[in-house]
Amino acid sequence: MTNLARGLVRPRRTHKWTWMRIFLEFLKYFIVITLAISYAFPLYWMISSALKDDPQIYRVPPVLIPHPMHWNNFIDAWRADEFTLYTFNSVFRYALPNTAFTVISSAIVAYGFARVRWHGRDQLFFLCVSTMMIPYTVTMVPLFIIFKKLGWVGTYNPMVVPALFGNAFFIFLLRQFFMTLPEELSDAARVDGASELGILFRIILPLSKPALAVVALFQFMGTWNDYIGPLIYINKYELYPLALGIQKLRTALSQVGNAPMAYPYLMAVSTIASAPIIILFFFAQRTFIEGISLTGLKG
Amino acid sequence: MTVFNRRIWRLSKAETRNQITGLLFVSPWIIGFLLWTAYPLASSFFYSFTHYDFITQMRWIGFRNYVEIFTDDPRFWTVVYNTVYYVGISVPLGVATAFLMANLLNTRLVGRSFFRAIFFIPSIVPAVCSAMVWLFIYNNQYGVINNFLRAMGRPIIPFLSSVTWSKPSLIVISLWGQGAAVVIFLASLQDVPRSLYEAATVDGANAWHRFWHITVPMSSPIILYNLVMGLISGFQTFLMPYLLTNGGPMASTEFYAMHLWRNAFELFRMGKACALAWIMLITVVLLTLLIFKTSASWVFYGGER
Repeated sequence: MTNLARGLVRPRRTHKWTWMRIFLEFLKYFIVITLAISYAFPLYWMISSALKDDPQIYRVPPVLIPHPMHWNNFIDAWRADEFTLYTFNSVFRYALPNTAFTVISSAIVAYGFARVRWHGRDQLFFLCVSTMMIPYTVTMVPLFIIFKKLGWVGTYNPMVVPALFGNAFFIFLLRQFFMTLPEELSDAARVDGASELGILFRIILPLSKPALAVVALFQFMGTWNDYIGPLIYINKYELYPLALGIQKLRTALSQVGNAPMAYPYLMAVSTIASAPIIILFFFAQRTFIEGISLTGLKG
Repeated sequence: MTVFNRRIWRLSKAETRNQITGLLFVSPWIIGFLLWTAYPLASSFFYSFTHYDFITQMRWIGFRNYVEIFTDDPRFWTVVYNTVYYVGISVPLGVATAFLMANLLNTRLVGRSFFRAIFFIPSIVPAVCSAMVWLFIYNNQYGVINNFLRAMGRPIIPFLSSVTWSKPSLIVISLWGQGAAVVIFLASLQDVPRSLYEAATVDGANAWHRFWHITVPMSSPIILYNLVMGLISGFQTFLMPYLLTNGGPMASTEFYAMHLWRNAFELFRMGKACALAWIMLITVVLLTLLIFKTSASWVFYGGER
């Protein structure tokens, strides 16, 4: 059968609006909207409670839309502790160096796995991918012992230095991407006398911006959100990242029974800490979705 | 070994250069693997047979850590029960709901990417922030649900302060953070060839048949993937119970990873913590192998694979 004929024979989807159909459509939207409301509610509650004052927090039944809205809460909550310092730590001591190191090292390693032919390559790549299955709790304690012997406890080194050695998942992701680029590009450059490192940085990386964006985005998000790493290694308040700072505020506010404005302040700080991630998501929605979808590929 | 040597021996000049280049490019990962994975794993195995607390001299005590864990650690069986309860419910339930949600999104639906964003965003919000919100929502006195119940004159639900409710409350939070699985499922559903559905429709299959005989088998590799990944991360559940309940009430949310944590960083029993870690690693590996073994009968690797 030719394509044309197949197109003619293919049954056209006719949508007869029977009562059954209408009922099913209604049911579908009902379920989806109910689910969407319950998924969105906690974040809505976080943002709206950030704008309330104590009487609105304690009122029964609960206040769904704050009135009046106390926008000042964001500033007051921010000033309740050293949040500017914590944010600086989060970004410049942790997230940015870690992300930069991860992107560069993972790209270099992925190039070695994707575009150079050598013996034992596929076996090592398999080993690399399998390390993703090792639960972090298993290496958590021995790593702590190593970093303690190195005198790195109390610094960000344990969370930043390992990023220089590539991240198995991103190596996998970038290798898959590099493999899709035509080999002729590299061959042409080799004829012109380019080194492999030159090919990687001048030809492959500029063509891999979407994949690099996924890596940078995910790693930035992972480090910005990370709690356990700093919880283990950071023991001085002046080095706290934002995540630990929020918990510190919570402890401070709950120590005196229920301090005034405890919930609005906690919700305000939580809103500020989530905002960059949510804004990043809206600006780079496709990158996020494609990146997450790729994680399923290795299954 | 001889085979390997002979192969290296036969390499041409260009091949030798490639061998060196390749190894050089990959060397950061090889060094990192030795430093941050292989050595920690090996040393952790060694430490699990020692008493090590940073204060006294480390000393070899044979299987005493393991014996203590299984026979003389009243918390151990509690945390095993809690973890099995939590993983046993949250992982299958999470995979099932994520799969059904992805299927809903994959139908003809106005605003699909809007709903997808709504389902996905909770999974990327910083864990501390979600912990603070849920702490507030679940609060006995000021929590929104209990406030509504009180307004209706109903008894409140002690979400985080009763032994019966604490684990289900945490499972609800884990379901809320399922967005990534929904997105993965949705991407895989969109890869199922339309022609399969059209052919089935021509043959008179109804929606249920199409779901059960096409969608489910075609998605089974991704279901397997999400199941295994959910299992591995489920066994490591730490942060939410640590922040929300700190293991309480009555140790009802004290999970395996928290027990390990307390032994390591609160009691400084590094040796015992390593033994706990190895018990978990072996359990997770065995469970994963079991799932893969049984998966041969229900996972369908069709098409181009």
